[in-house]
Amino acid sequence: MTEYLDVVDWSRAQFALTAMYHWLFVPLTLGLAFIMAFMETIYVRTGNEEWKRITKFWQTLFGVNFAIGVATGLILEFEFGTNWSNYSWFVGDIFGAPLAIEGIMAFFMESTFIAVMFFGWNKVSKKFHLASTWLVALGANLSALWILVANAWMQYPAGMHFNPDTARNEMHNFWDVLFSPVAINKFLHTISSGYVLAAIFVIGVSAWYLLKKREIQLAKRSIVIAAVFGLISALFLAFTGDGSAYQVAQKQPMKLAAMEGLYEGQEGTGLVVIGALTPNKKFDDEKDPFIFKIEIPKLLSFLGYRNFDAFVPGVNDLINGGYTYTDAQGNEQIALSAEQKIARGKIAIKALGDYNEASDAGDTEQMKYYRSILEENFLYFGYGYLNDPSSIIPNIPLTFYSFRVMVGLGFLFIAFFAFIIFLAFKQKLQNAKWVLWTSVFMIPLVYLASQAGWIVAEVGRQPWVIQDILPTMAAVSRIDASAVQITFVLFAVIFTALLIAEIKIMIKQIKIGPKDGGK
Amino acid sequence: MKRSLLHKVFQFYYQGFRSMTVGKTLWTIIIIKLIIMFGILKIFFFPNILKRNFNTDEERSKHVIEQLTNPNTITYD
Repeated sequence: MTEYLDVVDWSRAQFALTAMYHWLFVPLTLGLAFIMAFMETIYVRTGNEEWKRITKFWQTLFGVNFAIGVATGLILEFEFGTNWSNYSWFVGDIFGAPLAIEGIMAFFMESTFIAVMFFGWNKVSKKFHLASTWLVALGANLSALWILVANAWMQYPAGMHFNPDTARNEMHNFWDVLFSPVAINKFLHTISSGYVLAAIFVIGVSAWYLLKKREIQLAKRSIVIAAVFGLISALFLAFTGDGSAYQVAQKQPMKLAAMEGLYEGQEGTGLVVIGALTPNKKFDDEKDPFIFKIEIPKLLSFLGYRNFDAFVPGVNDLINGGYTYTDAQGNEQIALSAEQKIARGKIAIKALGDYNEASDAGDTEQMKYYRSILEENFLYFGYGYLNDPSSIIPNIPLTFYSFRVMVGLGFLFIAFFAFIIFLAFKQKLQNAKWVLWTSVFMIPLVYLASQAGWIVAEVGRQPWVIQDILPTMAAVSRIDASAVQITFVLFAVIFTALLIAEIKIMIKQIKIGPKDGGK
Repeated sequence: MKRSLLHKVFQFYYQGFRSMTVGKTLWTIIIIKLIIMFGILKIFFFPNILKRNFNTDEERSKHVIEQLTNPNTITYD
């Protein structure tokens, strides 16, 4: 058993490591592509060669990031086949179809038009080149759509049926998968976080030029474009963040409780703005969850349920059940306790086994009987792998603090963009050294916020790989833990080397500047 | 005409790659990375377990059902 849990934990750690490194490269690609496209559009419309020079410079940095980051996501797909084989089989074509579309689109759109974007200056017409740059931006963002749809399905499995003959989920409605409210919010929230990251990257690099008193025109113009793009994106990010939190309240209430450190639910629940959690708090002890907290009264109820007096269940309510909630069909229901869900999950798992035994024996009556039991309890299938109700609680401190880092920095970025725009239009930015240095130091902060967002999304949904249907420990392959440990270290070394290479090449290109922008 | 178009496309890429500056370093990194990923990691460390161990989808289904319906070995405590 211990060795088995080692495999689960090491596989989780390895997936987290590779996903987090992958996400260091992706958001800059998503946002910088659009910033370049805006700059090139101005060049084509005005004919001003300075804009061409500016576009080419950012294109070089885009190329560095793209080249280092490309294919880092493939590692995740390797891991699905090796470490998560039960999961890979279980999700069936739900994952296969979106990822296949992603692969084809990424190959044809990005690869083809990236070549035109880099090699096509003065070789193809200005308008064709501009169209290629826009298509690179759209292609990169559409690639992200498919993987985010797959991720959203794991948080809210919609549009599928479980086939007990094959143990696979089969998609019965592609549009339900694509347009699930969780998928739409996740996609928009994630890509707009990439836009904010890219905008801060451009402002930070440009601010460094202003501090060094070089590339003044490039820096000033880039800052204006990036700050306006960044402000619009950051406001949209807050809007989609609200949408995402609303979806979490409806579909993943335990994640919301962890995000808020909420143990005892109540009507008119406040939103904790800042707070310190009591260490080693257990769900069933009498300790106050907070050492201190500052909260806005009733705001969590409003954000989660659009009603200032709505009841928001806490960790204890979700474990003990018994509270009233409205289901997806609008009917009032009494929540089951975790123990009741576990019992129903075990019935579902047993029914799956009995169904297949009946199938092997060719007993159609029994098959029908066990299938109906399975379907009746399938919503709780994953609970059957748990024995202790407290297993449904994610890591609350990590989720709680990551959420505050993400949201706090998100609001800081809105203020930052607005302030930068104000100073830029007042022609005071160039001499405001502290603002320029702040801009440079915003770059690591925006990466931190971006990573914190994924920690909230992925740690907060534990123990589920697929919400309520498959927990992490049932999804993992029975492989040797030492093999996963070795590849964990290998990945840590490879990805760290890639990151160092990216930073070194990027800094070198920034120091060289646009005069020798290269290709 | 067709040959001419192909020639133009070839020349476009050929000249593009030839005139790269920082791109040469980046392509070197990409190629090394892909060799490590597909030539070493995928082959030696990341087999697709179900494809490797079973020949048909039916066998794979049976294996996964066996794993999923045997929860006593896959609980936290």
